[in-house]
Amino acid sequence: MAVAKRTFDVVVVGAGGSGMRAALQLAQAGLKVAVLSKVFPTRSHTVAAQGGIAASLGNVGKDSWHWHMYDTVKGSDYLGDQDAIEFMCRAAPEVVYELEHFGMPFDRLESGKIYQRPFGGHMQDYGKTPVERACAAADRTGHALLHTLYQQNVKANTHFFIEWMALDLIRDEDGDVLGVTAMEIETGEVMLFQARATLLATGGAGRIFQSSTNAYINTGDGLGMAARAGIPLEDMEFFQFHPTGVYGAGVLITEGVRGEGGYLVNKDGERFMPKYAPNAKDLASRDVVSRAITMEINEGRGCGPHGDHVMLKLDHLGDDVIKQRLPGIREIALKFAHVDPAKAPIPVVPTAHYMMGGIPTNYHGQVVAPYRHGPEEVVHGLYAVGECACVSVHGANRLGCNSLLDLLVFGREAGRQIIEDLQSHPHPKLLPADSAERSLARLARLDSQTKGESVAKVGDAMRKTMQKHCGVFRFPELLAEGVEQIRQIAERAAHTEIQDKSRVFNTARIEALELDNLIEVAQATMVAATARTESRGAHARDDFPQRDDQNWLKHSLYFREERRLDYKPVRLKPLTVESFPLKPRVY
Amino acid sequence: MKNLERVRWRARRGLLELDIVLGRFIEAQYAQLDEAGRQVFEALLDMPDNPLWDMVAGRLEAAPGEQQALLEKIRAA
Repeated sequence: MAVAKRTFDVVVVGAGGSGMRAALQLAQAGLKVAVLSKVFPTRSHTVAAQGGIAASLGNVGKDSWHWHMYDTVKGSDYLGDQDAIEFMCRAAPEVVYELEHFGMPFDRLESGKIYQRPFGGHMQDYGKTPVERACAAADRTGHALLHTLYQQNVKANTHFFIEWMALDLIRDEDGDVLGVTAMEIETGEVMLFQARATLLATGGAGRIFQSSTNAYINTGDGLGMAARAGIPLEDMEFFQFHPTGVYGAGVLITEGVRGEGGYLVNKDGERFMPKYAPNAKDLASRDVVSRAITMEINEGRGCGPHGDHVMLKLDHLGDDVIKQRLPGIREIALKFAHVDPAKAPIPVVPTAHYMMGGIPTNYHGQVVAPYRHGPEEVVHGLYAVGECACVSVHGANRLGCNSLLDLLVFGREAGRQIIEDLQSHPHPKLLPADSAERSLARLARLDSQTKGESVAKVGDAMRKTMQKHCGVFRFPELLAEGVEQIRQIAERAAHTEIQDKSRVFNTARIEALELDNLIEVAQATMVAATARTESRGAHARDDFPQRDDQNWLKHSLYFREERRLDYKPVRLKPLTVESFPLKPRVY
Repeated sequence: MKNLERVRWRARRGLLELDIVLGRFIEAQYAQLDEAGRQVFEALLDMPDNPLWDMVAGRLEAAPGEQQALLEKIRAA
């Protein structure tokens, strides 16, 4: 089948904060840039980021990039690469000021400077006291960021391909990436996007879990594409969970509820947090509360007919407090849990929030993989930024407000690096004759499949298995069973059947293609989590409760082929300063 | 052609809250909307995520008349 082709200097997959920041850099340099997005750019999941952007501007309290770096290294439980972390924290003030010049409506101090507020984990003087480091636009920072970047891209003549889904990377015999195949959702048409540089910016894959705060679009498309093209996925065992997602929906209930006096109870009505954290109780850190909830559920004290959640009680606070001090919580409880929080407790469960792992890159956004000569060889023509990438600045655990910073710093840097790299590659390489073959075969398989299971059914099985076997708190027997189960589910995912075989707006087909990507992420996460016999950051093992720097101060690399794992060292040496020595991560 | 699929896709949002609420409404009620109702719904889908969620949650006022009536249905779905 002949497939149409379009040629650009750069193709960017994903139009969230990181993709649009990079695209802006590239389009402003006069390059011909295509940005592919499944949904309208300002509806990307970046819109859900409320907290802010961390930068040591020091507008409120004294601050320094080196303190920010310390917090980030410590927060990462020492798995973050210190060269990349130094690079990010040093660049933070600059990218915030740039954004200000693009028209971002930051909150301001009376002096006119950008207002900054404190945020968990961000401290003064190497962990001593909290510092105001978060730059925000009300509780709409992600929304404001997306709108600002979209307007700037339109002005810079970025070509947006809206409601297009990228399918596969095009890689030639030398291993160079020459573009992507993509499908227009409206028409079902498949096209080759030839490009001298391809940037993946597809966001996270929290939808591998049954309970997730992620929007439905977060299906790890870039990770699936990379894995199918033979590129490893790094540190996929590290997913950050938020302790209080609405049971059955995943929608987040902010920590503020517990701050105002709400607390968690088990099926016996017992307030259980004092057992696990006698001082902080319900206000202990996210990972502590999440693990406590999991313990209660695992020991048979969960609520509901399946005993699989706990209750967040705030009915004792009274209607007025809930309405005045916790705006939005009432609506969320009513809509997603069907309870009025002034009268009944809200069923909650830990919910997957952020993926620390991803496609391995250096701090210039270039994808790096063990290939011929070394563990971090540049894959020519391929770049990744944002949540889909593993730079790795977040290591085993991300600090709040560092994700928007990550996408700005590395979006800009990947743009700069691409401009530099393209100067030595002025012409596109010849596309192999079989460039579209993998994608067309996937589509043909879906068209001809009979006696297969539905995408929804297989997807449900995957999400349940991930939640039960590879959730907040990980147990050896559950993990071992989980590896086997997810392998079987992957088999089933390869034989899904869709009823609608038409081309136009075939959302069933899109969902089948998304499941192809999710299942790659799920396998990587399960396999890497089973192998890592220590507890570090967000990865908590019941059988190995301690961090083990002797054996596990290393990044994992999952290869789709043979579901194989490899490891590479953490980059402990920063760019210009001394390395931060390893210490226990206590707050 | 394929109007239902089209709105289903456009109800894919950046906020999970909207994915769920709009999805429920579409599955339960979209088929029963008349042409005018569908146009009002599509106009809502063209809104940015945060103001739309505020409207659904009742924190941002909807235009009186058809829009308000439709939002009532979305809230009830």
